[in-house]
Amino acid sequence: MIKVKNLYKTFKTKDLETHVLKGIDLEVKEGEFLGIMGKSGAGKSTLMYQISLLDHPTKGEIVLNGINTEEMNHEERTKMRLSTLGYVFQDYALIPELSALENVMIPLLMQGHSSDEAISISRKILESIGLAERINNKPSQLSGGEQQRVSIARAMAHNPKILFADEPTANLDSVSGNSVIELFQEIHKKGQTIVMVTHEAEYAKYCDRIVYLEDGKIVRESKP
Amino acid sequence: MKEKKYSNKKWFNTVRVAWFLAKRQIKGSNKSTTFLIVFIMTLTFLNLVVVSGILVGLIEGGNIANKEQYTGDVIITTVAGEPDISRTHEIESTLSKMQGIENISLRYIENGRVEANYKTRRDFSTLPDVVATQIAGIDTKAEDSLSNLSKYVVEGEYLSPNESGKILIGANLLRRYSAGFGDYFASLEGVYPGEEVKVTIDDRTKTFIVKGIVDTKVGEVSMRAFMTEEDFWRLVDRPGINANEIAVDLKPNSTISADRVKSNLVSVGFVNDGKIQTALEAIPDFLNQIKIAFSLLGNVIGLIGIVVASITIFIVIFINAVTRRKYIGIMKGIGISERAIEISYILQSIFYASAGGILGMIVVYALLVPFFLSHPLDFPFSDGILVAPIGETSFRFALLLLVTLVAGYIPARNIVKKNTLDSILGR
Repeated sequence: MIKVKNLYKTFKTKDLETHVLKGIDLEVKEGEFLGIMGKSGAGKSTLMYQISLLDHPTKGEIVLNGINTEEMNHEERTKMRLSTLGYVFQDYALIPELSALENVMIPLLMQGHSSDEAISISRKILESIGLAERINNKPSQLSGGEQQRVSIARAMAHNPKILFADEPTANLDSVSGNSVIELFQEIHKKGQTIVMVTHEAEYAKYCDRIVYLEDGKIVRESKP
Repeated sequence: MKEKKYSNKKWFNTVRVAWFLAKRQIKGSNKSTTFLIVFIMTLTFLNLVVVSGILVGLIEGGNIANKEQYTGDVIITTVAGEPDISRTHEIESTLSKMQGIENISLRYIENGRVEANYKTRRDFSTLPDVVATQIAGIDTKAEDSLSNLSKYVVEGEYLSPNESGKILIGANLLRRYSAGFGDYFASLEGVYPGEEVKVTIDDRTKTFIVKGIVDTKVGEVSMRAFMTEEDFWRLVDRPGINANEIAVDLKPNSTISADRVKSNLVSVGFVNDGKIQTALEAIPDFLNQIKIAFSLLGNVIGLIGIVVASITIFIVIFINAVTRRKYIGIMKGIGISERAIEISYILQSIFYASAGGILGMIVVYALLVPFFLSHPLDFPFSDGILVAPIGETSFRFALLLLVTLVAGYIPARNIVKKNTLDSILGR
């Protein structure tokens, strides 16, 4: 599903070069729940941004679903993000002036679903994660845990092939964090491929496999 | 989850998402800020339409008055070098047979002098109180039907048909009305209805009782003295009974145009008998030049307004886009196309410009145009109105929309094209 070969990422400023990723090789199988762990500054989020097509690597190859993403143009990458990938960000990344329902609807509308269809799909998924009573609330009217659940609903609504999550529990208390991870587990059980960056070992245990990054390199892999 | 149904109508979809986003952003924006932006756009629109409209209206008001009070829709005047309009009555007869003609007024005109205060003149070493003017003999009823002359009698009364020995004096011939002109024109002291004046044409003099004073802003009317046709011929010794002016009025909903009346007269063969002009052609060239200059001036002022409006929209959209850069990045990240995000900002700009423009239209057509019609601007040579033809106003509205559309697009594009991840991470 995902094949990463010899991936490098270097940030350049006027007089400084920072090598964040230094030759990463990684493979994620369909239906796998992969955890990426490491200390702060190890390059885990940077790795996720490269393989989730939010950024361009300096060197290397990323193959998603058999397609070499470095050969894709800007529009094709946008299209692939919309059709194939789903994102859950650390700070939820919901659009503040949209209700929970509308936040979930946007990618569906962009895909060409009718408004009625988009509403129906969004409502169902929000109901399924226990937010039936909160669909018309704006993000500012929701708790952190609820916002993250809306964010997951948005990421899942268009049925992506791969779900990327960047420290999804970092801003949550343990109760909300647990419920979010349980939600991931539930989704994963239905066959969803998930790539999750986390620094919290207690949540990493739900993954099928964990890769550890240190100084821009994968130093080891383990199964919980 | 449901099977995806992808629409092939990419553009429709993009605009639909843009509309969805724009609507929610406008709804979610601060109400007083929205009101302020719309208010600025309304003022810009008014600046664009009203300033040039009033400047043009000052001249247009004069043109309308000239037509209503003097020329009618078509006017035939004496050809330069000729004493009168030859075949006047054949022309009159032809006109009266044409469909769509409402009124015809024949005016007989001679240069003459009006002398006042001669009875009280004690010192014969001083000059008499005399003004040189045009003396017009009119059919009182026909002239009133055409030019509403009686409506402009500000003192005394209008002439009755067939009465003799009475005269109407144009207000500009009197010092108390023409003081504003300074010493440019000679004028008579005093002269009130009921007083006697001497009228001299060539070497013939007759006394007349002033029956009324006529005051309009049309110089040709206010600078003349009027008497009945019969009195005119008693005073004037000239061969023939041809007129010097024939003014023609069309029926309000006439299917025949002034141009058509003119071309009919020309085709019948009256082209050399008199100078045939439509009301528009009879407008002095300098007035048209002023009108063009005023219109240009109004457009320049309006353009400055447009520039201000575009900068306003640019700043509003720029600040909005900059403060929402993170969310723009997120939207791009989850696959919303850049085009949809840009169009959502364009739609917001269009909303502000449309709301301002529509409010401006309401103010112009429901408030200002009727107001200036009932309270024209008092200008020395015209009653200034607000000229705002719907076609021109719509064009200016479209121009405002176009400018704000561009002013909205540029900052949106600048922010949207930034690196997606940088926008999300705020770096």
